[in-house]
Amino acid sequence: MTVNTSRRGFLKGAAAAGAVLVVGVRPDGALAASGNPSMLTPFVQVGSDGSVTAIIKHFEMGQGPSTGLTTLIAEEMGLTMDQIGYDFAPSNPQVYNNTLFGPMQGTGGSTAMANSYLQYRQAGAAAREMLLQAAAQQWGVDASGLSLQDGVVSGAGNSAPLGEFVEAAATLDAPTEPRLKDPSEFRLIGNPDVRRLDSPAKGNGTAMFAMDIQRPNQMIAMIARPEQQRATAVSFDATGAEGIKGFISADILPNKAGVAVFAENTWAAMQARDALDIEWDTSNAETRSSDQIEQEIRAALDASPTYNVNGADVSAVQAAVDGADTVVEETFYFPLLAHAPMEPLNCTIEQTEDGGILMHDGCQIPTLPHGAMAEIFGLPFEKVQIKTVLAGGSFGRRATPQADYQVEAALAFSLTDRSRPVHLVWSREDDLRSGYYRPAFGHKVRVGLDGEGNIVGWEHRIAGQSIMKGTPFEAFAVHDGVDHSSVEGTVDSPYQIPTAAFGLTDTDKATSTLWWRAVGHTHTAYVMEVMMDMAAKAAGIDPVDFRLAYLTGDDADQTRKANVLKLAAEKANWGNAPDGRSQGIAVHKSFNSYVAEVVEISGNADDGIKIEKVTCAVDCGIAVNPDVIKAQMEGGIGYGIGHNMRDKITLTDGVVDQFNFPDYEPLRISDIGEIDVHIVPSAEPPTGVGEPGTPPAAPALANAIAAASDLRVATLPMDDNGVSFV
Amino acid sequence: MAISLKLNGKTHAVDAEPGTPLLWVIRDDLKMTGTKFGCGVASCGACTVHLNGEPVRSCQTYIEDVDGAEITTIEAMSDDTIGAAVQQAWVELDVVQCGYCQSGQIMSAVGLLRENPTPSADEIDDYMWGNACRCATYQRIRAGIQRASEILEA
Repeated sequence: MTVNTSRRGFLKGAAAAGAVLVVGVRPDGALAASGNPSMLTPFVQVGSDGSVTAIIKHFEMGQGPSTGLTTLIAEEMGLTMDQIGYDFAPSNPQVYNNTLFGPMQGTGGSTAMANSYLQYRQAGAAAREMLLQAAAQQWGVDASGLSLQDGVVSGAGNSAPLGEFVEAAATLDAPTEPRLKDPSEFRLIGNPDVRRLDSPAKGNGTAMFAMDIQRPNQMIAMIARPEQQRATAVSFDATGAEGIKGFISADILPNKAGVAVFAENTWAAMQARDALDIEWDTSNAETRSSDQIEQEIRAALDASPTYNVNGADVSAVQAAVDGADTVVEETFYFPLLAHAPMEPLNCTIEQTEDGGILMHDGCQIPTLPHGAMAEIFGLPFEKVQIKTVLAGGSFGRRATPQADYQVEAALAFSLTDRSRPVHLVWSREDDLRSGYYRPAFGHKVRVGLDGEGNIVGWEHRIAGQSIMKGTPFEAFAVHDGVDHSSVEGTVDSPYQIPTAAFGLTDTDKATSTLWWRAVGHTHTAYVMEVMMDMAAKAAGIDPVDFRLAYLTGDDADQTRKANVLKLAAEKANWGNAPDGRSQGIAVHKSFNSYVAEVVEISGNADDGIKIEKVTCAVDCGIAVNPDVIKAQMEGGIGYGIGHNMRDKITLTDGVVDQFNFPDYEPLRISDIGEIDVHIVPSAEPPTGVGEPGTPPAAPALANAIAAASDLRVATLPMDDNGVSFV
Repeated sequence: MAISLKLNGKTHAVDAEPGTPLLWVIRDDLKMTGTKFGCGVASCGACTVHLNGEPVRSCQTYIEDVDGAEITTIEAMSDDTIGAAVQQAWVELDVVQCGYCQSGQIMSAVGLLRENPTPSADEIDDYMWGNACRCATYQRIRAGIQRASEILEA
């Protein structure tokens, strides 16, 4: 396996090796092929030396698309995984767009595999058919009798390495509808023994993350930012920085959002930044505290919602709840959360020989910074290039509608004479205090039960800070005033809940809001699944049976959700926890995948809880790389549990209170025991795996705590609200 | 100040101001980027290197304190018997996700196995507590250390 870290170097190398066949799609989506890599931006490139390279249009933040999309090409071309390499695609929204995003290249919403599954298989299948056709012509036989397996074309008494047919294949037209392999022919798709292609480099220090980019003669830039959002820099005194060895200069960013410090190395930049004396204009600065944000949200929950999300007859629903035999009600509050990817944000910008701009970035949505840089530098779109390198995590943070850190780097670069590359580096403090957070949300739910424990009414109010409003994604995600990301997982739940009303009220944002792994489901799943648990308990019905009663429909939404619930319960030996242990369960659909989780704990809320085991069942359609899917469930569970155990971002007079990991403690190895993941066999198209493991984890933990201690945690994080962990 | 830094068996003359963290000398001066910056306050472990064979956080190890010491980084682990076993186990079990913390995880894991060749799950948890992984690859780290232990025992 080879990883080509320099796309331009790779293309040059391919040309030097001889003929090349590239297969991809035209901007209209039709398959196309060429013998000239400069004529087509491909999905797969085949060299006459037999080398095959998958071109990956999604970025790699650990979720596995470099392995996954390469698997698709290798499968259709009959290759083993060590006969193929991969390279990250350049920024090109026409060819490398996420087909679920429209004309935008980007990774998010757990869509990498879902939108690439057929596209990459078709490209691999087209390459296979073209190589077979070229061999058939050379051998004077019918292509239908030939096959491509393990890098060798054979049939009709002939056999030769695929590289021999590359030159001839590159002169053929791409087939319009190449035959895709039948699942019965799969050797790699669904194979649990396929390993990650990026494991070796990530274990020996050679993997190149954005932070590791060291361009010749580069400067390090760091930005001194105001403590309160929307404060602006007026003036600064750099006298204190001038004696620091390696300090070059400092200047106010053109948008006044901070002061850029340039230095020869990172340590000098950090020290020089600390030594600046800056005067800020705070007249428009944010001054609210998180207590005030919480009060606004809680007040909104007590008022009639702005939006009637499901067009319910609200008074009828209220009457149904009020008239019920039992009413179960709870009010929930979810604080701001930071993403805190392991690699602090950073990117490098340089000027190319032809006066264009090249950015090196672990880039999640290349189209957004691409456009922003073209505007900032006054360049046509095609004069800006983005080279995507490995990202050390993201969880959504590397994709902001404003392209925040890339714009910051571009503005810093614009302050220089552009003769030296500029590598913008953030510290962990910059990351936690940057102002982009999972928004704060509140829910207030009243559930009415009849004498037999059936739900007869469900009144659900949501209040919080919209993510999508005021962004380029508004038209896509906001309909009739309702930001879907504020309510996803409630009104569209597969549960068949009779007589339900879902209302939404937007509250003001004191900070920038941003999608955070699983977006709205991070709070909606918690509320839905804790309420179902509370209702089951009030009804005196087992929590699994209670949920299944609302999943009795014949459509796939109900059956798939019911199946993962039953599978997780079975694998966890639900209801038969060992002595001293308690179980909680939750199930949730997100990103078109269905995940159920059982959390098993020891101890109780007062003496300390230990998370002993998590059992997970996932239905994500066809499991392309089963072990990657298991890893994403394991990681998603850890992400959901860790933050809800003990993390929050708070503000005092508009200033973020947290500085670094000691104040925003990550999940540690000792916090969580075994995670046992089971994948439901499926022939359905692949759906998301990066995010869906996260939503059920915290409510399953909350339900286990309630089983152990009779304590319902409705305000997060848990350790601020009555739960201690050992 | 001029420092003689012995890193992965090779001596480097480094000119750095007192108080400079070893992390930045390794990354910015010596251009060895396998050692990562994660927090700068010894709270995440991404910058873990070995100082005379013991894991330390290089972001809180200062250059004036390492003159003449033996520093070892992830780049030299394939030449170390325990390091190579850990790397093999990491690949076998696909421990990594984003991978940014894994250099530090491996450096700590090697430190653990050097002092305790057959650690229990609890002993692994105690020793590895300071190495954060935001992707939460912890169960595979635990399994990877135990697998490396098996490889070394064989």
